[in-house]
Amino acid sequence: MSDLPKPEEMLKTDRRPSATGWMDTPVEIKKGIACYAGNPKSLEYVGLPNPRTWSCFDEDWQLPENWQEIIHEGLKERLERFRSFKIFMDICVRCGACADKCHFFIGTGDPKNMPVIRAELIRSVYRNDFTKAGKILGSLGGGRKMTMDVLKEWWSYFFQCTECRRCSVFCPYGIDTAEITIMGRELLNLIGLNIDWIATPVANCYRTGNHLGIQPHAFKDMIDFFVDDIEEVTGLKLEPQFNKKGADILFITPSGDVFADPGTYTTMGYLMLFHFLKEKYGLDVTWSTYASEGGNFGFFTSHEMMKRLNSKMYAEAKRLGVKWILGGECGHMWRVIHQYMDTMNGPADFLEEPVNPITGTKFENARSTKMVHIAEFTADLIKHGKLDLDPSRNDHLRVTFHDSCNPARGMGLLDEPRYVINKVCNNFYEMPANTIREQTFCCGSGAGLNAGENMELRMAGGMPRANAVKYVHEKYGVNMLACICAIDRAALPAMTEYWIPEVDVTGVHEMVGNALILPGEQKRETDLRLEPLPGVEAETEDEAKEEEADE
Amino acid sequence: MNLTAHLVRHKDAIVDRWFDMVAETYPADTAGFLKNKKDPFANPVRKNTLAGMKTVVAELFGGMDHEIIRKDLDPAIRIRAVQQFSPSEAVGFVFFLKTIVRDLLHKKYPQLLTDPETLPAVLDLESKIDEIGLIAVDIYVGCREKIFDLKAKVERNTVYKAFHRAGLVVEDPEDGPHIRPV
Repeated sequence: MSDLPKPEEMLKTDRRPSATGWMDTPVEIKKGIACYAGNPKSLEYVGLPNPRTWSCFDEDWQLPENWQEIIHEGLKERLERFRSFKIFMDICVRCGACADKCHFFIGTGDPKNMPVIRAELIRSVYRNDFTKAGKILGSLGGGRKMTMDVLKEWWSYFFQCTECRRCSVFCPYGIDTAEITIMGRELLNLIGLNIDWIATPVANCYRTGNHLGIQPHAFKDMIDFFVDDIEEVTGLKLEPQFNKKGADILFITPSGDVFADPGTYTTMGYLMLFHFLKEKYGLDVTWSTYASEGGNFGFFTSHEMMKRLNSKMYAEAKRLGVKWILGGECGHMWRVIHQYMDTMNGPADFLEEPVNPITGTKFENARSTKMVHIAEFTADLIKHGKLDLDPSRNDHLRVTFHDSCNPARGMGLLDEPRYVINKVCNNFYEMPANTIREQTFCCGSGAGLNAGENMELRMAGGMPRANAVKYVHEKYGVNMLACICAIDRAALPAMTEYWIPEVDVTGVHEMVGNALILPGEQKRETDLRLEPLPGVEAETEDEAKEEEADE
Repeated sequence: MNLTAHLVRHKDAIVDRWFDMVAETYPADTAGFLKNKKDPFANPVRKNTLAGMKTVVAELFGGMDHEIIRKDLDPAIRIRAVQQFSPSEAVGFVFFLKTIVRDLLHKKYPQLLTDPETLPAVLDLESKIDEIGLIAVDIYVGCREKIFDLKAKVERNTVYKAFHRAGLVVEDPEDGPHIRPV
């Protein structure tokens, strides 16, 4: 028996790189992990370099001959331009505090997904090209030359990062690996290395105003469909306003919620809220078919592209002459607004400092950007008793809340959505402390990685989040995962379908829409998904019986 | 004392060794993390894999209830099914149990391996491990089918929506087809 091979020998499962360290282990670009390359037409449309048809699985990536020089010069320029980037290159002591905090590392088990190593991908080239120690000591000093293997590694791992910043929460030096990924992607774009799930939405957004390339009339058509559905549920015909000059508030939200379930129900929630506020308090909110995208995939391309796509928000607010801007439930849209918009496209001195005209609350966090998050807006209305709510309409839901990375870590929006949820539903349960609020786990599909071809990566990246959802599902019977991000609403249903199919996904304002009592509405028999409200059928039967008895 | 009664006393040691071997199917840096980080939410791979292993070992020495094994082994296989393992690597860890049991017998109870009366029980135990291996294959294939299903859904939605936006999709009227009498 001792001569027989052991099962583990037959399987050859020992994948440990015993002889080589990470730096000398070449990347293997695999299906299920990698995304398709950017469509050349999309690159051409927005003037991105080196448009061509190529695939990351090809041997030849059809790069410009001087690609190494372009990367070197690009890196040099960014080190001079962005002080934070230069500091992040220099100060890491490789303590490893970030190493096991990344959902992609935890989920894939690939050590190159440790944030410290992801950063080392650029840092090693930085040392080699820009530091004396690196130039003299080479690999002994942690430096290495930019080669095709290194470039492929950059491409692979900078598109295995969702820029969620969970790692940065744990870094004692405050290094933000997301910013390093941002720089990495920006450098890759200089030689035409992008993915189509980013490049095409960018081109669409630039051309038609939103990621899906929806033209204004189709955008309005979709909203009209929602108006029909709301009429079926409430008996009321809503009249949303588009491109209205002189409205009080311009509302901008990600287009994904206008075109993909379950985000569509969140959009219905917005429509109902605005209708309520118009009827009760005369608040005048307008949608825009020009600024019809809150999201900004330019953020995943380059600073310039982000600025270009973001500019339509202020431009439209100025054109319409509104007082301030209200923004819907979105993730990276808020990071762009909160951290970059004022610097890039401000000052928005043509807008007023946002004040809720119904409650008088000054939104001080939005003083400079003039743009208020709808969770804060709605929480303020509820706090002042300005909404009529029936939370029992959400009694069939046992809800937990996924802090979307960018609102949570990018702008500190932690309590407002929870406050709203607790006022519109009766059954709310938190996930474990080290998976929520600042420590929230990413959905695994942000920063442009919500494609189909990389489904294995998405599922692996979403696993730590799913693990926490499963815990509250088993402990409290949670059946609904609420979130305030359109990418989440697009990505999490696939994640739950794979990991925990008993749990569905909702936006917070879908639950607001369900609970909100509109003036003059009919008795609700279904929720916004047109599914029967629990208890209503039985109630209706009882009423019918009573009527029969009376007769 | 029969074979199972001997082995069941080492249940925890078997699970520990098995988990270590599974952790070592990952690169060294990852293996260290998987073994040492105990928090179930910071290290869900450990939590889910260990839970499945405990059940499998209990059932191996107990009732061999396929449904219980399937349910508790599912999370561990579900994770490996999206982790860039080959199919044999993803499910083959079940067979590590053979090595562990053989080593244990060699070390602690060598007589059981040569005694003609107990040898059939050893072979029977190995067959049970094969059974568990086959359950693992079923789970793995189910996970992969779900992944392909999700990918297909993305593609289908993309195409359908493009057609819909282009006005190429006409819904059936709610009141049925309008057929004129001939």
